[in-house]
Amino acid sequence: MTRTEPGQPLVTLDGARKSFGAIRALDAVTLTIDRGECLALVGHNGAGKSTLVNLINGALAPSGGTVSYGLPDGQVVTGGGGMRAAGIRAVHQELSLCPNLTVLENLRIPQRDLTGRGWRALAAARIGQALDRIFPGHGIHPRAVVGDLTLAERQMVEIAIGFAEGAIAPRLVILDEPTSSLDASIARQLLTHIRAFCAAGGAVIFISHMMGEVFDVASRIVVMKDGRITGDRPTVEFTRETLVAAMGHVAPGAASARAAPQDSATILTTPEGLTARKGEIVGLAGLAGHGQAAALARFYLGRTSDWRQSDPPAAVFVAGDRARDGLMPLWSIRLNTSLARLPGLVRRGLVDRRAEAELAETWKARIGIRSDDLTNPILSLSGGNQQKVLFARALATAAPVVVMDDPMRGVDVGTKTQVYAMIRTEAEAGRTFLWYSTETDEILLCDRVFVFRNGTIVAELTGDGITEAAILAHSFDQRETA
Amino acid sequence: MRPDLRILLPVLSLAVLLALVFWLQPRAMSYRGLNLLFNLAVPIALATVAQMIIIMVNDIDLSMGTFVSFVACVTATFVHDTPVIGYLMLAGAVLAYAAIGALIQARDLPAIVVTLGMSFVWAGLAVLVLPTPGGAAPEWLRTLMTARPPFVPMAVIAAALIALVGHLIVMRSSFGVLLRGLGGNEKSVAKAGWSPVLLRASAYGLAGLFAVLAGMTLVGLTTAADANIALRYTLLSIAGVILGGGEFTGGRVSPVGAVIGALTLTLAASFLSFLKLSSDWQIGAQGAILILVLAARLLFARRARA
Repeated sequence: MTRTEPGQPLVTLDGARKSFGAIRALDAVTLTIDRGECLALVGHNGAGKSTLVNLINGALAPSGGTVSYGLPDGQVVTGGGGMRAAGIRAVHQELSLCPNLTVLENLRIPQRDLTGRGWRALAAARIGQALDRIFPGHGIHPRAVVGDLTLAERQMVEIAIGFAEGAIAPRLVILDEPTSSLDASIARQLLTHIRAFCAAGGAVIFISHMMGEVFDVASRIVVMKDGRITGDRPTVEFTRETLVAAMGHVAPGAASARAAPQDSATILTTPEGLTARKGEIVGLAGLAGHGQAAALARFYLGRTSDWRQSDPPAAVFVAGDRARDGLMPLWSIRLNTSLARLPGLVRRGLVDRRAEAELAETWKARIGIRSDDLTNPILSLSGGNQQKVLFARALATAAPVVVMDDPMRGVDVGTKTQVYAMIRTEAEAGRTFLWYSTETDEILLCDRVFVFRNGTIVAELTGDGITEAAILAHSFDQRETA
Repeated sequence: MRPDLRILLPVLSLAVLLALVFWLQPRAMSYRGLNLLFNLAVPIALATVAQMIIIMVNDIDLSMGTFVSFVACVTATFVHDTPVIGYLMLAGAVLAYAAIGALIQARDLPAIVVTLGMSFVWAGLAVLVLPTPGGAAPEWLRTLMTARPPFVPMAVIAAALIALVGHLIVMRSSFGVLLRGLGGNEKSVAKAGWSPVLLRASAYGLAGLFAVLAGMTLVGLTTAADANIALRYTLLSIAGVILGGGEFTGGRVSPVGAVIGALTLTLAASFLSFLKLSSDWQIGAQGAILILVLAARLLFARRARA
């Protein structure tokens, strides 16, 4: 990458529009992205960010207007081939690696020149270099099968593929919620790399719901709402409050402390040492991938893997990895909502369709699922709304324990606040929540927190003892860092 | 399961079965004995690799048996009598396979239905080509399949060669990575700008090529053909893929494993004959062996995960 390229923009959108049937997802967007820019794209779920990204990366063709790319030699081109020639790479929100292939084989999928003799060595070198540069000390082997990696490691691989050298060097990398599965220290490594990449003349489009990251890394912020760009200014002209206001949400108030139900009976204990009382919100904290998800899975499967179907179930599960653990991708929104509640919707051995529809409508109203018709396929919803359906599925049952495996991944601020309130209400009504989260804000909402490190619980915090500093202190091995 | 662990179990089951056969019938432990044991495994191994390529892209081929029968009939008639027309027909059959793959992808059809339909087409064509059992193997094919290389029997060399070529194409080449990627995550492959239609067509075409080779080698061994000669290959090939460590979805397959799976299945039949088990019970016993191996694999996988 040299600084002597012509100073034309990398990508130019001129009045780009995109409609899906009657729904206008993107309305006359005009935007240019220059070299050396880190552009943050913010807006709540369904604001049109994903559509905009898909127009830029060539996955969708605009219904009107143009999307054009500036090549290194000064030519301006359009279309998917042009996008690749311009060095535009996209790292998608839903993890899009092939789990059956190795890390280096996954690099082969986007890089067309990896063929012929010795392509494996070349691929291993490219992906290895990228991983070393972005995530020093990552410990991921290029010959490792992706399916054997943790979620965080897979996301790291995906990001590294986006930045890896190739026949066409990366010039603009689109990162859609890149830190959603990463813990804080690895996310920081990524942000450092983004700054270095932009300083060297590259450009990044950064989509994140984490305000801290946006202000940390972006040079310019583009705010989207209802398929339009409503704000496009340098980062220094925004504050957190003005940015949230521009997105159309009220800033969530500080978490109000509530009286933890100290007197109620302990209703569950696990071999790891997790305990919870009735009506308690129990947080599982620590760095991502330190055994929290495994502990939840063991508990949940232990409680529910029974020959007999019990109603209500002993526990319900809210998945964070929606595609893997949560959604029935071919089913409608309604069927996805009623799934866990089905044993209670049976009349004379058959599913009572009317009761099922009622249940879905009730939860649509209660949790605010954005859809005109609940018989639409679940995949027609945006990511945040799909997650709401998974919450509705769990809360619709009368299960005494709700297990949540980092369920807020890639969910917008508005939905989060709404769901937090709902969790609070349900807990007061006597439900117990086991909540693994990678976001500190969410852990601070809990009544009792267990901090995990290397697969074991290293600390139990309650009440005023639950602070970000305490969680961080226990998450890192002090002896090593001292 | 790690790939190296995935291959361990098929190797182990083959070794155990081989040891049992040698124990029952020590005379099998010879050049001639091995050749007899594994002779018929060569076409089955080729058909299994063909089926594996289809399973690799998340489909299943129910027409494998009738297709191999059809190829055998063409080989025993046209290829023997009028080679040019014969080879053109076989090339056409491979192209037809590729076209089926393209159709399945482009119209988003379930492969199980399309190939089930095609199985009747191939069966009908086979009867048209060769109404009564007969025909003759082309001379070169006959010579090749009955060749007696020094030290190692032809059947063993052929099996190793099939495994090697399959491994190179499917596991090592960059083209094979794309095909496996199609099975692992079709969306991501399409997002990277590859045409899923073209890729699925290539996978089916490649499978068709291996299936043609299966039919030809079968005629080389039997010297004649009939329209029902390879009907049981459909289920044998599917069982071989699974026995060899492959999985029905997600592009997780192993060509070496598939060949070993085919050898194991052939050997299981011989083993039961050596046990002097009545042929009425043999198919059931073969099924029992299959279930045994699959159960062992499940235990392996669980152990590896824990």
